[in-house]
Amino acid sequence: MTRDEAEVQDLYRELIIDHSRNPRHFGKLENATHTADGINPLCGDKLKIYVCVGTDGSIESTCFEGSGCAISVASASLMTETVTGLNVDTADNCCEEVTNRLTTGNNTELSGIDLEKLGALDGVRRFPSRVKCATLAWQALHAALHNESAPASTE
Amino acid sequence: MSAVAEVATAADWRSDFPVLAQSVHGRPLAYLDSAASAQQPASVIDALARYQREDHANVHRGVYTLSHRATEAYEGARDKIVDFINANSRNEIVLTSGTTESINLIAQSFCRPRLQPGDKIIVTHLEHHANIVPWQLVCEQTGAELVVAPINDLGEIELDAMLDLIDEKTFLIGMAHVSNALGTICPVREVVEHARARGIPVVVDGAQGVPHLDIDVQELGCDFYAFSGHKMFGPTGTGVLYGREALLEAMPPWQGGGDMILEVTFDKTIYNELPYKFEAGTPNIAGVIGLGAAIDYLQAIGMPRIAAYEQEIHDYMVGELKKIEGIRLIGEARDKASVQSFLLGDIHSHDLGTILDHQGVAIRTGHHCAMPAMQRFGISGTSRASVALYNNRDDIDRLVIALGKAREVFA
Repeated sequence: MTRDEAEVQDLYRELIIDHSRNPRHFGKLENATHTADGINPLCGDKLKIYVCVGTDGSIESTCFEGSGCAISVASASLMTETVTGLNVDTADNCCEEVTNRLTTGNNTELSGIDLEKLGALDGVRRFPSRVKCATLAWQALHAALHNESAPASTE
Repeated sequence: MSAVAEVATAADWRSDFPVLAQSVHGRPLAYLDSAASAQQPASVIDALARYQREDHANVHRGVYTLSHRATEAYEGARDKIVDFINANSRNEIVLTSGTTESINLIAQSFCRPRLQPGDKIIVTHLEHHANIVPWQLVCEQTGAELVVAPINDLGEIELDAMLDLIDEKTFLIGMAHVSNALGTICPVREVVEHARARGIPVVVDGAQGVPHLDIDVQELGCDFYAFSGHKMFGPTGTGVLYGREALLEAMPPWQGGGDMILEVTFDKTIYNELPYKFEAGTPNIAGVIGLGAAIDYLQAIGMPRIAAYEQEIHDYMVGELKKIEGIRLIGEARDKASVQSFLLGDIHSHDLGTILDHQGVAIRTGHHCAMPAMQRFGISGTSRASVALYNNRDDIDRLVIALGKAREVFA
């Protein structure tokens, strides 16, 4: 396998393909307390994030729907697995930590949560034009948690 | 011409394009995105460089040698454009930054002062955003209505339905010559025939027509024809608006500034004559000279010969793509040029684009600035391979092999 082929394999790891083909928590959340749209105007990728925050300030459930490439769908799917059960502030720190990690390679821990599984997304860093696909869901979650009315956009 | 001779010719054309002689991700570049932007032959690159090294000065102003030379080369390019599309005169050739600016100019200068609430502008469902949004803007400004002519499942304009839309409220018709997303060659002549009989002007978005077809605006009979330099092997930031002289004459200037005036006082400004009335400010001199060189290049080969060669490669591409299991072609018009959009299984086009890039194959992915056309097919985007005169069967074979790799990744 050439280095280029290895990079492609690294981008499309089994876990990414699995989550893109069988996204977890895919659909609408009827009792959502927070929602936000994430759009990537250049690709046309569109996600809607639903979050239900309980009275104790923790995320009881997270869902998403929409369409996008394997990277954006897998990232959204992994995100719902990661943040469900977390306190809102911790989840928001996750958004920042993951976005930093994907855009700058800065692995500084902010959330105190084990994000090792999200290492599956790290291959994207070698593909500058695809980083936005991986960060889209996290930006939308951030917008949802902050009740921002404008859709989160990668542009 | 025999098939062997044609292949040899294409190889010669390919070597005229320096950018193609490189490897991407360890493989020779197969550039299949000319519909987005075509590569430039060495003669265009050299013309730009020569002008910048030897002749640069502002045009239409100086009384010194360099300014004369710059003006001569710049206006010489305009003459080449006149000849290239068989316009009546150089007064009909307005130089713009591209098709987008050309269409916005028509919308704002021709339509906006005349449109009445309830008037209709007809476009088709396959248009590029550049032939939709400028009309939407002017409709919002005037209370006019944008009406959309349907396309069928093959991606062809439903001509009868389109002609049925034409009524006494129809102010103008805008349509592509060739669809950038679907490759459909549109029935411009038929539409013009009906529209002109009723005195309705027709604007043709020729961005994808000019690189592939032999254009004769007088024979087409359209009132406006807009196109871009960079789709026809010239530099970006150059474009043309052809307009029938009587129409351009009656239109007010669009932008004000230097070069578009004869005399300025604070009481009144007298505008320059055609085509300069529409060319405010210092133009893209180098770019236009490059565009002139691109026309020289195309005319030396001959557009009919280019069209015939490209059609052969296009047909080969379509045939090879059809053999791939799980492929769905989007855009199968009977009269079609240069591009093929497709979906492969459930693989998203951006994933496909990334994997193909790592095989050295450059294609366009996404909505192709034609979201309504995508919506018509119930999809968010496609992968699109487009061919130009420098592509060959080997590029197509490489595309097919790379698609096979993508299937392996997503197996």
